[in-house]
Order: sequence, then structure tokens, then C-alpha cells
Amino acid sequence: MAEVKTVQECASMVADGASVMVGGFLGVGAPLQMIDQLVANGTKELTLISVVGSYPGGGFDIGKLTAGKQVKKFIGAHIGTDPALVSGYNTGEIDVEFNPMGTFIERIRAAGAGLGAVVTPVGIGTEVEENASKQSFYGKDYLVFPPLGADFAIIKAKKADHYGNLCYDGTSMNTNTTMATAGKVVIAEVDEIVEVGTLAPNEIGTPGIFVDYIVKGFSTDERKAIFGEIWQKGNKLK
Amino acid sequence: MNSREIIARRIAQEFNDGEVVNLGFGMPTMAANYIPNGINVILQTENGGLRFGGAPKAGEQNPDLGNAGGEPITMLPGGSAFDLAFSFCIIRGGHVDATVLGALEVDQNGNIANWKIPGKFVPGMGGGMDLLVGAKKVVAALAHTDKAGNSKVLKSCTLPLSAAGVVKRIITDKAVFNVSSKGLELIEIAPGLTEADVKAATEADYQVATNVKTMTF
Repeated sequence: MAEVKTVQECASMVADGASVMVGGFLGVGAPLQMIDQLVANGTKELTLISVVGSYPGGGFDIGKLTAGKQVKKFIGAHIGTDPALVSGYNTGEIDVEFNPMGTFIERIRAAGAGLGAVVTPVGIGTEVEENASKQSFYGKDYLVFPPLGADFAIIKAKKADHYGNLCYDGTSMNTNTTMATAGKVVIAEVDEIVEVGTLAPNEIGTPGIFVDYIVKGFSTDERKAIFGEIWQKGNKLK
Repeated sequence: MNSREIIARRIAQEFNDGEVVNLGFGMPTMAANYIPNGINVILQTENGGLRFGGAPKAGEQNPDLGNAGGEPITMLPGGSAFDLAFSFCIIRGGHVDATVLGALEVDQNGNIANWKIPGKFVPGMGGGMDLLVGAKKVVAALAHTDKAGNSKVLKSCTLPLSAAGVVKRIITDKAVFNVSSKGLELIEIAPGLTEADVKAATEADYQVATNVKTMTF
């Protein structure tokens, strides 16, 4: 059964030098309060595993960790949205490992699903070959990548029940459901914690057996206001 | 009509009714505004959605609903949302009928470079490489030349490739080419230009189709 803890309690489990996969896609589905607490704690030398860099322009979402120089290595598919990450990459302060997006998520899935490797045609004939071994299966060439797990998966869902069952809204599942399977310790930040039995079985995107800790983050209304502000600022709303 | 609009309007003619389509940022996304009446495509967003719509009004945003550019979206009736592993099952698994992606360079062997200018611009490949390998039809869209007038439709790409031998069609502000194992075939020329203009602006070798047409919008 998952245990309810505070954001402070969970963030303090993450030691300097840990590998941390953080859910979300450009802010949507990101565990905002856990990120803020890692920033407040000044946890450093992190290996940050996230599909893309922060919300465009940085300073929000995981952009706070890169701006605070808390990241020594980044593994993902794209960094271009986060100025601090791009600059860290350019100066060599942050080691960046680029993975094609589908390969990235499939490596995490492989780690969580007990598979030995990811075998994909994506990246053949490109520089990506340098990070993989090329092998032929059934007469066709593929790149072979190792699974990708982490010390911590810090994910975000809309609701949790006390068993740790999680449900998601909109496109916020993104990397969260897969990361939930691949962290040694899985911390889920949620808007709301509800009683067991109130979530319908098919509404559950992540079964509670994957989740170690639940923390209460912003309410849905608070997040609506936070995203309303950044989206309004970027002229993204009608 | 400026060159970006020419490209966007021409991209919009690429689709058949009911196709699953993934559009890259910039001109490909702009093309969604010009898709002809009667052609309804199913747009995919790689972060995990099918059948999405435009931005919501201020106050109606869902903080859990965005596109692959981090922008708020709405879902259309019949829309669906799923996780990233499933989204790339759709992409890599051959379930996307067509993708249109911007490019820095393309060449006569169907190679495309669109993710890296070493030492200058290294944002990462995102989902582009998966789309290039997985989509049934890959259309590359780009300005025909750079600002200095140098061709970006080349004999051989000079920048790091995003995928090799995958492009089926090239759309520029000057021309449309089909790409096959026989090389490039010029099938359309932008209004006001001649085949000689295209020739002068193109480094790649190409054949001219017997029924070469003027682009129409």
C-alpha cells in the first residue's frame, strides 16, 4: 500500500547524485511541488531523466532545477525549450544524452517491464547509432538500447486513492504511467487523495502496486490558475 | 502570398479524408488552417492525443491538456488521450498515414536533416526521428534556398541526418518533388516561376515530370 507523506518528507529522500525521472511534457503532467521542494533543498548533481526540457522559456517546471545548476546529466529527447539546459549543454556543465522520443519512453518501459533491451529501427543512418549497438534481426538492421531505470520516479496524477491507485486527466499521462514502473522509489504528486473504492477500476491509469508514496500537491483549481497565467503570458489562450 | 504561406497551403493538399496525420511545428502546423473542405484528417499530438482542437478561451483551460509544444488545446468529439509509450506505438508502428516535418536540408536520396547544426543549434530530435521512420508517407517542407540563395535541396545532405532514405515528397516555396529510388522528379512549380528558375535554385539532380504543373491554391 502506498503511504501518504509530505512533499518535504519525500523530497528529502532524494540524495545528491541520485538519478531521478520526472514525469510531464513541457509542464503538463509535471509534479510541480516536488520540483519546487528539490529546488528548495538544493539537491545537486542529479541525473535528470525527462522526455523534454522545461516549459518553453524555462524558469518553470524542471527548468527550475536546471536554472539552479542542480543537474549534472540530462537524458531525454529534446532540450531546446529550456535556456538553462541549452546553456549547460553548450558549456559542457550538463552532460546530455539525446534519445529519439519513442526510444526514450520504450527504454523506460523496458526497465519497468523486465525486458533486456529496446530494439528499434529509429536512428539507423544517423549519429544516434553511436550510442547503440547495431544488430540484424530477421534480415533487417536495428539499433539496440539498454533499459532505462532510475533511483526515483517522481510522477504526477490528478487523483490517488489510499492504495496508491492513480487516475489522470487530459494528456497528462504522457511519461508518468511508464515512469511509475521504472523507479526504485515511486513518488506520486496528486491534486486530491480520495477513499479506496471511489475510483472505478478502468479509470485507474497506474495501479497502486507501483506507487510507494503519495504527496498532495496543488489542487486542480490552483493548477488551472498557474497554467492560466503562464499560457496567458505566452498568448496561448483565445 | 509569402513563401511560408505558399508552403503551408501546398502542404494542406497532401491529405486524404480520414488519414491519421502528424504535423511538425511551424509551416506544417500552419497547414492545418488550409486543409480543403471535405477532407477531415485525424490529427495526432505526439505527447498523447488524437483528434485535438485549437486553444481554449482564457478561463476554460485544462492544466492537464496540452500539445507537444506545451500549448493548451481542446479535444474534439471522439478525441482520445493516452500515454507516450502508446503514442509512439502509433508513430513507430506504422499507424500514422502521413507526417509533414520542417527540414534544414533534404537530398535526392530521400535523406533529411532537421535536428542539429553542430556547434550552433542542438535542440534534440524530439519525436522527429520516430515519425520519419514510422509514418507511411513522409513529406519534408522547407524554404528552397537559404537567405544567401544556396540550395537546401541537395545532392547529399551536409548536416547530421535525422533519417536516411525516408522522404517521399519535398515541398518548397518554389517546387514540389517526388522522391523515389530513381531520385527526384519535379512535379510542380510555384506560380510565376519557370523550370529554369527551379533549376538555378536547386543543387540536386532531378527529372522533370512529363505533366509538370503549376502549384494551384
